[in-house]
Amino acid sequence: MTKTGIGASVKRKEDQRFITGSGQYTDDVSRPGHVHAYFLRSPHAHAVIRRLDIAAAKAAPGVLGVFTGDDLAADKIGGLICGWMIHSKDGSAMKAGAHPALAQGKVRYVGDHVAVVIAETLAEARDGAEKIIVDYEVLPAVIDTAGAQAAKTQLHDVAPRNTVFEWAIGDKAATEAAFGAAHHVTKIDLVNNRLVPNAMEPRAAIGEYDPGQGAYTLWTTSQNPHVARLVLSAFIGIAPENKLRVIAPDVGGGFGSKIFIYAEETVAVWASKKVGRPVKWVSDRTEAFLSDAHGRDHVTHAELAMDAKGKILALRVKTIANLGAYLSTFSSSVPTYLYATLLSGQYDIPAIYAEVDAVYTNTAPVDAYRGAGRPEATFVVERIIETAARQMGLDPADLRKRNFVRKFPHQTPVIMMYDAGDYRASLDKAMEIADVKGFGKRKREAARRGRLRGLGYSTYIEACGIAPSQAVGSLGAGVGLWESAEVRVNPTGSVEVLTGSHAHGQGHETTFAQLVSERLGVPMESINIVHGDTDKVQFGMGTYGSRSGAVGMSAIVKALDKVEAKAKKVAAHLLEAAEADIDFKDGKFTVKGTDKSVAFADVALNAYVAHKFPTSEIEPGLKEGAFYDPTNFTFPAGCHICEVEIDPETGVTEIANYTAVDDFGVLINPMIVEGQVHGGIAQGIGQALTEGAVYDASGQLLTASYMDYCMPRADNLPSFKLGFTETRCPSNPLGIKGCGEAGAIAAPAAVMNAMTDALGTEAVAMPATPQAVWKVAQSQQKLAAAE
Amino acid sequence: MYAFTYLRPGSVRGASKALATKENAKLLAGGQTLLPTMKQRLASPDHIVDLSQIDDLKNIEQKGRRIVIGAMATHASVASSALVRDNIPALAALAGGIGDPAVRHRGTIGGSVANNDPAADYPAAVLALGATIHTNKRKLAADEFFAGLFTTALEEDEVITKIAFPMPSRAAYQKFRNPASRYALVGVFVAKRGRDIRVTVTGAGSNGVFRWSEAEAALSKRFSVKSLEGLSISASGLNGDIHASPEYRAHLIAVMTARAVAAA
Repeated sequence: MTKTGIGASVKRKEDQRFITGSGQYTDDVSRPGHVHAYFLRSPHAHAVIRRLDIAAAKAAPGVLGVFTGDDLAADKIGGLICGWMIHSKDGSAMKAGAHPALAQGKVRYVGDHVAVVIAETLAEARDGAEKIIVDYEVLPAVIDTAGAQAAKTQLHDVAPRNTVFEWAIGDKAATEAAFGAAHHVTKIDLVNNRLVPNAMEPRAAIGEYDPGQGAYTLWTTSQNPHVARLVLSAFIGIAPENKLRVIAPDVGGGFGSKIFIYAEETVAVWASKKVGRPVKWVSDRTEAFLSDAHGRDHVTHAELAMDAKGKILALRVKTIANLGAYLSTFSSSVPTYLYATLLSGQYDIPAIYAEVDAVYTNTAPVDAYRGAGRPEATFVVERIIETAARQMGLDPADLRKRNFVRKFPHQTPVIMMYDAGDYRASLDKAMEIADVKGFGKRKREAARRGRLRGLGYSTYIEACGIAPSQAVGSLGAGVGLWESAEVRVNPTGSVEVLTGSHAHGQGHETTFAQLVSERLGVPMESINIVHGDTDKVQFGMGTYGSRSGAVGMSAIVKALDKVEAKAKKVAAHLLEAAEADIDFKDGKFTVKGTDKSVAFADVALNAYVAHKFPTSEIEPGLKEGAFYDPTNFTFPAGCHICEVEIDPETGVTEIANYTAVDDFGVLINPMIVEGQVHGGIAQGIGQALTEGAVYDASGQLLTASYMDYCMPRADNLPSFKLGFTETRCPSNPLGIKGCGEAGAIAAPAAVMNAMTDALGTEAVAMPATPQAVWKVAQSQQKLAAAE
Repeated sequence: MYAFTYLRPGSVRGASKALATKENAKLLAGGQTLLPTMKQRLASPDHIVDLSQIDDLKNIEQKGRRIVIGAMATHASVASSALVRDNIPALAALAGGIGDPAVRHRGTIGGSVANNDPAADYPAAVLALGATIHTNKRKLAADEFFAGLFTTALEEDEVITKIAFPMPSRAAYQKFRNPASRYALVGVFVAKRGRDIRVTVTGAGSNGVFRWSEAEAALSKRFSVKSLEGLSISASGLNGDIHASPEYRAHLIAVMTARAVAAA
């Protein structure tokens, strides 16, 4: 390992500009004469628009244009799409209700887009919006996830019973048979609470039309600008791809919420031609709460069949997934192929059958959010196995060990083929770091202080590195999930890497450069990572699902292989040796068995000067591109152990200890990996203890600001104890598995297993707020008194 | 935010005159409630009368057995004042626990008390310590000042100038924070001054800050946690929201009162 190569905790190159306020975010982009868009949003969860009168708004001071769904339709601008087709058990296609960027006759959630006002200033746009007259005929709202299918009101004509699809995976007959032979069956009912993503930078867009070129440019807060361009071109119909440039500059956090193509950027770029001025829109925080795609929102019943020795025989699961009012870009994949395919956990389970009904409700659309399906799966598997252990009087760690997958590759009953792992190793290491042996003593000591102490495990597995294109295509994906890279070596030996991945906090400018530095022997400061601009970078798929290391860097490796191969040819001519005799190491080409050498930078210069090799055989220049399509998912896994301490008098929970041992394969930059784990755990603890989107029965979002939506704060979190184990991922050249989501995937189950242990009942729901915990503690005390 | 006319008088008299004569005028102290409300277009005053340039409203001084705090003293200045810390440490601690550092460096005691937000901290201290509210017109006892949610005895053109706090022999404030906003879900201020014992509750009452007379009576017999044993408060008349039902608030009032007595 070199000082800056793979495995070194190099400080993040990008942080200098971020922490000195020199980042360039979408809202920092100013275009000559740009004007401002303000969206009039529905105050009702469900209503027919009887009349929409924009005349007074159009005449308001400073207003350049007021547009409605009719204007989009007149310009043949299509609705927003969902790019993953799911088929129901009966073979029918999912029921996708129309999703216009601006409402056409009906609104379906509070925050739905009714009209846009574009004015010289934002204040004038808002003033104009207040002059729009809307006659709403308010309809009953469908809010409850579990009750949506039985509701009398229907959101979309195409979707009876508000049902998007009724999907299933696994072998039903084999599962039923296994349950028939079970010694013990554990049953559990779980709610996976709805979350609001809350990236630090709210969404924003600025659209500009160049009449000279007949082309649009859109700056937007996107995790995948090429996919945004593709969707805006091919499906929504803004402009052909060659007439639409999408730039995602510095992006301040995404967590999935910036994968999707939203109404606001669609309208901003379209309207820039209508008003003849660049159009800017920046979400305020309330708009973000109302209209960013939310995450999770599952209601699940699960049953686990065990034999007398504590061996798992089968798992069956029924989940209702709330997808909100419309299908967001990848929403249909989240509660299906990203969820139920992970229901085998780290365990050798012979039979699994899972059914998922997806439903519409009058709430914000729900889509991928950090972990996307895998946190939901982990929560089901890890809560039910912990519960089973308690019911059977077995140690929860022992029960897990008895059921771990030990031989690889391992084919689960739910599609996934686990390629490598050592689940026992991460469990053992976590138990040692967490001092599980000393827990009993700590629990007694806490009891003396009137505190309830509990310990919970989460031995999670997830699937990253999404994904082999043919495989996901066969499952309904509308796109391939490879990644691209181009390595441009400049004549002076500095390097630009153009990647289809996109960084919005992950530190790619550092980690990707570490790879190049190690491979080419070029110093970090001579390497630039270029991303986020469709005019600069070749088509790429973007960043989500912890794929940028495993897929994005693998594409860079492929391109680097080609650069090295070509540079060797040039070096052979310079060194007057056979190509087969050239070695490349530490930035130097040498001739085997001699002291003859030439530096990488000299080879680069000669490649461009092209004086010393026949250009009929070797093309001048040193620039290579590659597309990498993975052959499998990657399977990060590990063990998290949480210890909580509850004050039963107030219901306040303290995370007393949190240990995470993860196997992410090879680590490129351990410091950045630790940062990812910290952030993920914080979000997972947030889901378990503090966060939850709450709609009232009429569909008003009660948690539409930080006054009521409780993000985890520093004082909710302990110092985490981290450890790592390593099994190389066999399917990609670097042996990387991915680390971006693991914390958020593992933590909720670990925390809630600790909470239920402390409180002595499984009936504790997320978020376990002080009030909720106090209520449980009260009923437990009453129960104890009655006994 | 809608457009408004900004006024910055140099004296309390000027401020009062502006309030009386300008249409739909509002005083701006620290602006920690008013400005966010205006930004959300939930308030639209035509005139803003900024008190920040009136210097003598920021003083903190001792007058006999009283600490007198100017209405424009920020929470941070009260929290860090040696006079307050030495003589009424519970009040300094309360001020130091309001909001976050940005709020504490802008928000003022006068603004908080005049706004009388049901979840604000200061009203509990003002009422428990038996403070006197001085205005440009008169002096008001705390008991006659607070008049319900966001309502006080202040007249249209009346400006709080300072608040005088008698020094207690024992006092403490215990706040149970709303997990999201960190405002008081329940805040209890307990103060003992001679034979006068007061227990005030903020954050919980549907009518704003109030005195818990049963707890005061119990503590009058003996100022001890033991005196509170078995004492509970009815949930009726208490606030309920997604963070805390009236029952949970009632329970927390008893817990926080006991903790305040223990800390006093």
